[in-house]
Amino acid sequence: MAARAIWKGELKIGSAKIPVKLYSGVVDRTVRFHILDDKHLMRVKQHMVNPDNGDEVANEEIQKGYEIEPGKFVIITEEDLASLEPEPSREIEIDEFVPPEAISQQWYERPYYLAPDGDEKAYFALVEALKNRNREGVAHWVMRNKPYVGALRAEGDYLLLFTLRNAEEVISARDLPKPAGRAPTQKELNMAKQLVALLEGEFNPADYKDEYRKRVMEFIERKAKGKAPRLQAVKTKRKPSSLDSVLQKSLQSLRKEKRAA
Amino acid sequence: MVKTRTSKRRSTEDSEEQSGPRPFWSGTLTFGLVSVPVNLFPANRSNRAPLRMLSPEGEPLSRKYYSEKTERDLDADQMVRGYEIDKGKYVVVTDEELDRLAPEKSRDIDLKSFVSEESIPPVHFDRGYFLTPASGSEKAYKLLAETMEKGGKAGLATFVMRGKEYLVAIFAEHGILRAETMRFPDELRSPEDVGLPKKKPRVPATTVHKFEKLIITRSKKQLSPARLKDEQTERLLKLVKKKSAKRSNVVEVETEKRDEGKVIDLMAVLKKSLAGKG
Repeated sequence: MAARAIWKGELKIGSAKIPVKLYSGVVDRTVRFHILDDKHLMRVKQHMVNPDNGDEVANEEIQKGYEIEPGKFVIITEEDLASLEPEPSREIEIDEFVPPEAISQQWYERPYYLAPDGDEKAYFALVEALKNRNREGVAHWVMRNKPYVGALRAEGDYLLLFTLRNAEEVISARDLPKPAGRAPTQKELNMAKQLVALLEGEFNPADYKDEYRKRVMEFIERKAKGKAPRLQAVKTKRKPSSLDSVLQKSLQSLRKEKRAA
Repeated sequence: MVKTRTSKRRSTEDSEEQSGPRPFWSGTLTFGLVSVPVNLFPANRSNRAPLRMLSPEGEPLSRKYYSEKTERDLDADQMVRGYEIDKGKYVVVTDEELDRLAPEKSRDIDLKSFVSEESIPPVHFDRGYFLTPASGSEKAYKLLAETMEKGGKAGLATFVMRGKEYLVAIFAEHGILRAETMRFPDELRSPEDVGLPKKKPRVPATTVHKFEKLIITRSKKQLSPARLKDEQTERLLKLVKKKSAKRSNVVEVETEKRDEGKVIDLMAVLKKSLAGKG
């Protein structure tokens, strides 16, 4: 069964326009828990209270404030917030293109599939053009009263639109000092290089499964039937030994494994 | 997903809380038989203009959980986590049980495989964390960081942290290791799931060329941070400035017990930890 589009818009590059539909590219598989009160095992409710006296403050009486100094707030009304919202628009404007490596992994937030909504030829022509030129488009759009920055990317035969994080959100390693401590020796570097080379491979997503999620769900099912297994306590361990000898041992055992395989 | 343990709100909502000066997680990174104790800190700052909820008098409010049955507020130790198996019927699961369900070896970030950095499609990337060396592990940390950075390699691992299994890619940049949590393959939709058209129409070469031209004329080498500004927050901060200058709508309250809304300087925390003082 086909998924439902969450939004409709139009890609705009210069004078070119391509109508598109937006679909979420991800499925949430997190095991969802609820907070319960331990006496009645019923879901809890939330409310806002004045911490001084514990009195509840009703939703319609709550105001919002931005703290400019400790204990000093500028009141921001609903009208203020509405006035800050961008103009509604259906346009996804692409005004810059960059090589994929110009966008660090840190920026990507959430992927959406774009589907053609009418003009299929233009849609697939853009996919081809992005691939031929090996570029990603930098996108700006407004969706549900919120402005977004994004990256438009060809993946396989289709277009993906990623929301990107804001500049203020991302901390770059370049702005941080290098870690303190002694530098490794050349001998250690050589061994580490060999070690990484032995573990080198291709990224194959199918190799990775969330085994723990399965364990949690199985445990819940057994507990529901009153047959919860006894679980072993978590132990702490670890004994330090010299970096040099550990590298040596790692290389030996990995080479042995490779030969055996 | 950033969740605090004490609040028992793990996996129950999407709100993101910035973790404090203490690391978000402390554990061990291993490659081969080499183990590197590390601390994990978020690599993203949270909203820089958070609004507080205030009473009509301007007093900052707290969010409280209460029982519908007794109408009383509940403390953290009066709440448990439950999984709904039937409508209104829950199985209680404790933190301890969740911890114990993780096999011992799954609690380390064991880099079992290294791949070229650019070979991981961005659809997988979720959230970034910096790893800093825990005391005594500086040399092994630097060794791994330098080896990976020189070789342009990312290390891959799965591990269990705070009641959830993560697939992570570890990158080295500027001598610092960073973990990007990644979506598992079954958390990603395929074009078939979405129902994208299977048959591609024949695309005229002239149309492709037209788009290539549009791309070339707008190409840049770098992504400029100015293009990634959070304009809505800028506008909010401007409005705050205007209002506070006019002294309109400013309220002041006496506060002694206000550590709740305290903003943590993540940058300072990271610097301290990298200097080995965290």
